[in-house]
Amino acid sequence: MKTCDVAVIGAGPAGLVAATTATSLGLSATVFDESASPGGQIYRAVTTTPVRRPELLGVDYWHGANLVRPFRASGAEYLPATTVWAAARGAEAFDLGVSGGRPGTRIGGTFAARTLLVATGAIERPLPFPGWTLPGVMTAGAVQGLLKSSALVPAGRVVLAGSGPLLWQVAWQLASAGVAIDRVLETIPRGRLAEAMRHAPGFMFSTYLARGLELIRAVRRRTDVVEHVAELQARGDGRVESVRFAVDGEWTEVPADLVVISHGVVPNVHLPAALGCGLEWNPDQSAFQPVADAWGGTTEEGVYVAGDVAGIAGAQAAEARGRLAALAIANALGRIDAARRDALAAPAQRALATALRGRRFLDALYRPSPEFLRPRGAVPVCRCEEVTADAAREAVRDGAVTLHALKSATRCGMGPCQGRSCLATAAELLADELGADCAALAPPSIRFPLRPVTLAEVAAWPSRADAEACVVRGE
Amino acid sequence: MFARLPETGAEAVVVAIDGADFEARAGDSVAAALLASGRLASRATPVSGAPRGPFCLMGVCFDCLITIDGVPNQRACMVEVAPGMRIDTQQGAPPLGTGAA
Ligand SMILES: Cc1cc2nc3c(=O)[nH]c(=O)nc-3n(C[C@H](O)[C@H](O)[C@H](O)COP(=O)(O)OP(=O)(O)OC[C@H]3O[C@@H](n4cnc5c(N)ncnc54)[C@H](O)[C@@H]3O)c2cc1C
Ligand code: FES
Repeated sequence: MKTCDVAVIGAGPAGLVAATTATSLGLSATVFDESASPGGQIYRAVTTTPVRRPELLGVDYWHGANLVRPFRASGAEYLPATTVWAAARGAEAFDLGVSGGRPGTRIGGTFAARTLLVATGAIERPLPFPGWTLPGVMTAGAVQGLLKSSALVPAGRVVLAGSGPLLWQVAWQLASAGVAIDRVLETIPRGRLAEAMRHAPGFMFSTYLARGLELIRAVRRRTDVVEHVAELQARGDGRVESVRFAVDGEWTEVPADLVVISHGVVPNVHLPAALGCGLEWNPDQSAFQPVADAWGGTTEEGVYVAGDVAGIAGAQAAEARGRLAALAIANALGRIDAARRDALAAPAQRALATALRGRRFLDALYRPSPEFLRPRGAVPVCRCEEVTADAAREAVRDGAVTLHALKSATRCGMGPCQGRSCLATAAELLADELGADCAALAPPSIRFPLRPVTLAEVAAWPSRADAEACVVRGE
Repeated sequence: MFARLPETGAEAVVVAIDGADFEARAGDSVAAALLASGRLASRATPVSGAPRGPFCLMGVCFDCLITIDGVPNQRACMVEVAPGMRIDTQQGAPPLGTGAA
């Protein structure tokens, strides 16, 4: 089996820049990505979109093509539609369990890599509210993806709810595509703006400021925006039919065919976590992220993180962090010395500092309210196993005082999504019931495989004690 | 509840959704085809039988599980349509021995 110098997992801005940088320094790189085409979330389908009016997706979107072009020319091996579902450290290299590929060229089995660069990006923060599992309730990223990949736009009565840059970005893209949005229900609590203002000086220099305000203004001109929505419910029989929302305790119900929700994004940490990388709770972003140094080096030797998986910082920061991690890997593998690494890193470090300006303001402004982060009642917290908030809370009171025990007691996090949709909420509920801080919780124990796999896929995995430990459950 | 923007250049791809022919477009995921056909739900859950449909469209939530060409529990959002593909919405847990995601 051929061993590459670096396996890059994820072809978003971080992974694309990392692979391009690595190959430019003479390293061999293989890029695995679950999507059918390069770009990651922000630049999804940038090379294949059937949308014919470029202005409709916004100028930021088309920047993705500037990353794909050099990537394609770089000589990095690119495996689209391919999922990395396991990774294990062998004597000389990491073995990756991968599946997928394009129809006709199915990939299965293992790949070997001397280092891993995890650029798996972010997932949308799954915030449970009554009715959020009804068909017709979808995330903003989902609706945006349908537009980018398939030129599909919502029809009928469309209500957007939540808060954060992605909500406004999608509202703007839909409005530009001619979609009539019935209402935007913004969930920023009263008083939050004033609190966030202490971080405003940094934000004044943010590259996002002018652009963000322009989007919000454009949407407000065309749509009814309701502020300070404190509670939300989707209702309907078999599918969503209406939304109820409360502002200052007063409820309103409006008909809806589609409810589009967004509460920001959180790092997609399952791969580094299962690799044994240490995780820490980021209190500003209310989410777990890998412990990493300024180069993206994790607590596991040879495993690096770059982009939003390392903590939410956006697409510009993802490019810079992808480059920094690739430089660190080139140095670790002896391709460049530290002096050359540092010289090449300086522009990326400056770009990163610029991209991070104003992040604290955005984090403070858009942090979901405790009522949304820590739900109560019969609302399902774990979508897969249909575990309710109350059931999870009761299990904690009955003695399930760690994330692991909570999972064993309730099956919360044991379904096919492997806990991606409930991890952040489970941590919040656990902390709430214990009267503790999320930062004090032991991070979750996450194991391979990262998604359900067939026995044939597991059988293709090399039989070695450490590899078997990856797929065999039990402490 | 989704409409296609008029000016797309993508080719038509005919698939069968629950036995009925539907004209999807090249590049559509199975989930996109399902939604474009006017269906919001892809399955009923094995736990309570509640209807579910595509939620995240990025492979994370597994709510879009569906039967494709006879193989159950495929993530509809991660598989692209192909001509003649058979797409069947699924009810509860599929029978054992028929494959997994
Ligand atoms: C749905 C969504 C939409 C967004 N839209 C915008 C936007 O319009 N504008 C904006 O500024 N920001 C947007 N963001 C924020 C976004 O996270 C960053 O701007 C940027 O995309 C981060 O880049 P990245 O390279 O870190 O990761 P991403 O761009 O998220 O790329 C990660 C890639 O890794 C792949 N991947 C993950 N796990 C695996 C695995 N196990 N095996 C193989 N491949 C894997 C994914 O398929 C994905 O292609 C969005 C985020 C999400 C979640
Ligand atoms: S819609 Fe979430 S995995 Fe397909």
